[in-house]
Amino acid sequence: MILVAVLAIPAVFAVVVALLGDRIGRIVGTAAATLTFLTSLLLAVRDDPDPLPVGGRAIQPWQELNVPWVPGLDLRFHLGVDGISYPLVVLTTLLTLLCCVYTLWMVPDAGRGRLLTALLLVIEVGIVGTFLALDLVLFFVFFEVVLLPMYAVIAVWGGEGRRHAARKFVLYTLFGSVLLLVGVFTIVAATGTADIIRLTATSGAGMSRTTQLVAFVLLAVAFAVKSPLWPLHTWLPDAHTEAPTVGSVILAGVLLKMGTYGLIRVAVGVTPDGAARVAPVLGVLAVAAILVGSLVCLAQTALKRLIAYSSVGHMGFVLLGIATLSAVGIQAALIGNIAHGLITGLLFFLAGAIKDRAHTGDLTRLGGLRETAPTLAGILGFAAIASLGLPGLAGFWGEAFAVVASFQRGGPLWTVLAVAAAIGGAVTAAYFLRLLRKVTHGPAAPSVASMPRLSPAEFVSWAPLIVLTLVVGLLPALVLGMAFDPVWSLTYDGSLVWFSR
Amino acid sequence: MSIDTLGPLLPAVPFVAALLGLLLPQRSRTVAAVLGIGGAAGALLIAIDLALRVDEPYSTSVELVRFGNLPVMFGVLIDQPTLLVALAVGVVALAVQVYSVAYLADDDRYAPYAAQVSLFTAAMLLVVVSGDLIVLLVGWEVMGICSYLLIGHDRRLPEAPKAAVKAFIVTRVGDVGFLLGIVVLGVNAGSFQIADVVGSPLSTTEGTVAALLLLAGVAGKSAQFPLHTWLPDAMAGPTPISALIHAATMVAAGIYVVARLYPVFSASPVPLAVLGVMAAITMLLGALAATAQDDIKRVLAWSTVSQLAYMVGALAVGAPGVALFHLLTHAAFKALLFLAAGSVIHAVGSNLMSTMGGLRRGMPVTFWSTTIGLGALIGLPPLAGFWSKDAILAAASEETGWVAVLVFVSGVVTVLVTAWYATRLWLRTFFGEPRSDAARHPHEPPGAMAWPVALLAVPSALLGFAAFSGGFETRLGVHDLVHLDASILVPLVVLTVGVLAAWLVWRRDTAADPARVLGPLRPVFANAFYIDNVQDALVVQPVRALARSVRRVDESIVDGAVEGTGDGTLRLGEAVAGVHRAGLSRAATAVLAGALLIGLAAVALGGVQ
Repeated sequence: MILVAVLAIPAVFAVVVALLGDRIGRIVGTAAATLTFLTSLLLAVRDDPDPLPVGGRAIQPWQELNVPWVPGLDLRFHLGVDGISYPLVVLTTLLTLLCCVYTLWMVPDAGRGRLLTALLLVIEVGIVGTFLALDLVLFFVFFEVVLLPMYAVIAVWGGEGRRHAARKFVLYTLFGSVLLLVGVFTIVAATGTADIIRLTATSGAGMSRTTQLVAFVLLAVAFAVKSPLWPLHTWLPDAHTEAPTVGSVILAGVLLKMGTYGLIRVAVGVTPDGAARVAPVLGVLAVAAILVGSLVCLAQTALKRLIAYSSVGHMGFVLLGIATLSAVGIQAALIGNIAHGLITGLLFFLAGAIKDRAHTGDLTRLGGLRETAPTLAGILGFAAIASLGLPGLAGFWGEAFAVVASFQRGGPLWTVLAVAAAIGGAVTAAYFLRLLRKVTHGPAAPSVASMPRLSPAEFVSWAPLIVLTLVVGLLPALVLGMAFDPVWSLTYDGSLVWFSR
Repeated sequence: MSIDTLGPLLPAVPFVAALLGLLLPQRSRTVAAVLGIGGAAGALLIAIDLALRVDEPYSTSVELVRFGNLPVMFGVLIDQPTLLVALAVGVVALAVQVYSVAYLADDDRYAPYAAQVSLFTAAMLLVVVSGDLIVLLVGWEVMGICSYLLIGHDRRLPEAPKAAVKAFIVTRVGDVGFLLGIVVLGVNAGSFQIADVVGSPLSTTEGTVAALLLLAGVAGKSAQFPLHTWLPDAMAGPTPISALIHAATMVAAGIYVVARLYPVFSASPVPLAVLGVMAAITMLLGALAATAQDDIKRVLAWSTVSQLAYMVGALAVGAPGVALFHLLTHAAFKALLFLAAGSVIHAVGSNLMSTMGGLRRGMPVTFWSTTIGLGALIGLPPLAGFWSKDAILAAASEETGWVAVLVFVSGVVTVLVTAWYATRLWLRTFFGEPRSDAARHPHEPPGAMAWPVALLAVPSALLGFAAFSGGFETRLGVHDLVHLDASILVPLVVLTVGVLAAWLVWRRDTAADPARVLGPLRPVFANAFYIDNVQDALVVQPVRALARSVRRVDESIVDGAVEGTGDGTLRLGEAVAGVHRAGLSRAATAVLAGALLIGLAAVALGGVQ
């Protein structure tokens, strides 16, 4: 029931909010987002507190709903939550709530804040649905639900070049969706089922090796566009740069995770043999993303673009973890996902706050922020330090253990990838400190001469991200404790690698 | 409280003080000072309590998180050397916190500063007590970021932000190796626990690789060639921070970690040889660079580089306990020297020795404290530095092989250079005629600054005598720290020569800088052999150029292909649309032609059937 509620509440209220007046609409929307967030916390309650362990590969949802949906086409409305999806669901409902709160006080220039709130709720439905779906076709449907509202958010409330960026975003990711659709139907046609649980338990339900390979490549490219994986990433900098603050937060915070989650749950889950054969390519591209992303950041001069490119590097670590196909790597990817959502969400909030106040995001025209806005500068420093992967904060675990996983796989290729990824970590530190030096240190630039104090909206919407970045950093088991068993069984007790031999 | 609880509390107390301090509004000086001093004092008391109660090494651990088959444990591994280093950290941190209250009396960002010092202390104590390499890495890197924050603290210095970034990036480059070294060890042992790692022997090649990777991180943190370049620039930080970084934290961490993981390094000869060569180069390089600096803090900074190399040298010749002994004495006298230099700077208003002179009359306490500190630095008996340096040279002379000879010879030569530059500093600062108005009317600093300096003079003078106590030797895990035989004459003679040489040069013209006798070498030493410039040309500029070209390629080629596809499709669409947007006559012709074509096809196909 909670599974339905977590989707129904935002869906229903999205319509209600759109019909209400502007101010009341935003308030009702925020209330709905709060309710959704609280409901999503309840997903941790297990239907069967002590399930019998199922041998081999298995998905064991804590809560499950499986009803016929379109009986004629044999489609089922199959939802479930387990330790892999739960943290992402909560991250989504939390970030949506924070964005709604932010929109209560701060509406971008285009106005009509209630519509923005309504669209945020629709996007929430799509993203949460994607994380909960246990049926391939349903997964695809939710995956697509997100696309158009996000397009609208960028195209209506975005910056100068919003139309071009929105179009590029929607067309590029639509290209990915087509491949996803083809991949899904390849699998359904070959196996006669779209049930992710069954397909995972049987490691592809007897698909031939070639079919698995083809299906995996199709799915992987589709998810790689979303994640994004170099060289399929170029929609992201434009979309981020032009999107309004809340759009960037959702985009970086959770939308990208649909790609990495899909890769783990669907691509690796359903076509493990294909995954095992393509993994080295995925690993190489992931490390290329880390290095390219961080080097581009080192030469970047626009604040939001820099943070966008930093996402390419961070998601590179997540993808490297997945590519190792080991329990260590996939756990690293999961916590990397959450950490990136928290930290980059915060960074985009901050970039928005700075841009709103200084009226520029050009690093050469910013400077001396700590002289005129010490609190803002302090929080920016915290977020940047967290993002560069400082041990003790959330970002560290995913990146360090992606390196561990890569090294653990052994052999010259994976060893080189581990070393290259670690070097990428050092470049990451270099560009974030360069960013801080340009923005916060030195004499105050004219653009930051008069900085309004932080508003309550900003405090309220940032504080949870700051606290969680610290808490997840100190207690990573909060995220990973529940993911351990599902990942262990997904990877055949530790590693899928033997599968391709 | 049981020792199992106290161990984790050692880093936890200053950490909590730091968290609370960071949340304070910037103006609340008193609360910030209470938190800062309280955190350091709490840690020190716990360290004292543990040192009195713990006889046997013990460890505690709880699982923090488990990645696949690799657990990460939070816990402490406490043995005697741990507690000695923790004591040193506690003493220096407390001295620095007390001193800072007065030194930063008119600084409006004192509150975050004090909190960051607490965080720094907590991070170092975490490195010291942690029984797990991943948790150790947490402390290791947090210390790096604190040094970044604190070095960049002073807003009046334009070079401070750059120096701060440099300190973090250079050490982070070394930490790439450090992380990979930990990964190699952890994956091999199936655990990151130090006890497991040390107990799981690696193959010779893997062991050597792991040790060398770790050494990269150690070289970064402990400022050894070629990653030493951040340390002199770090002098842009407030002087108490220099004392903190240079005495018992940060730079000491590298030495401490090697001593703690010593079996990993001593398993094969290559890491020890690398340590020896690194020590020999850094020792001389640091000492020679110190001879030509005018900035009093930079002289001390280079002397830190050089003294750390002595500890590395001890590690290279198989004497980690002796390295820790020098770490402890150095912590005392270097903290003293930096804090005393801070008092001098406070009085004169400048770092440059060319604006000082004759300060001994106006600042007797500072003068005598500095004299003790410098005496300990050059190894003047019976001050602390004499015993520890002598123990290192003795360890090197007892060992066979070229590494030991290298360490011994460079160690003795460095004694000469150290004696020379320390004497120069002493004479230029406290003797002769004052060379600026401020130096004519010097004043002793307020009590909060004077007391820590005076109290640190006690261990600087007397800590060496601990070497006579069997208990101390056992705690460090070494035998016969004291070598009172003919061999001590060599460094003593060399030391006398160094002091006399500096004094004779200075006496000829007490207003001039004795560094003038260096002649053409003076700029070379002053610029530390131009290694900064080499680093800039070989690493920094190429990386920047690479970054710019990668950005160009990403924007023009990778994204260009995407935009090109979009534009191309659009143009194709327009072209097709253009064909369809025809006038009525052409459209009618086309329709007729189409109908005709279909008709013909129908006839043709029908005919075939």
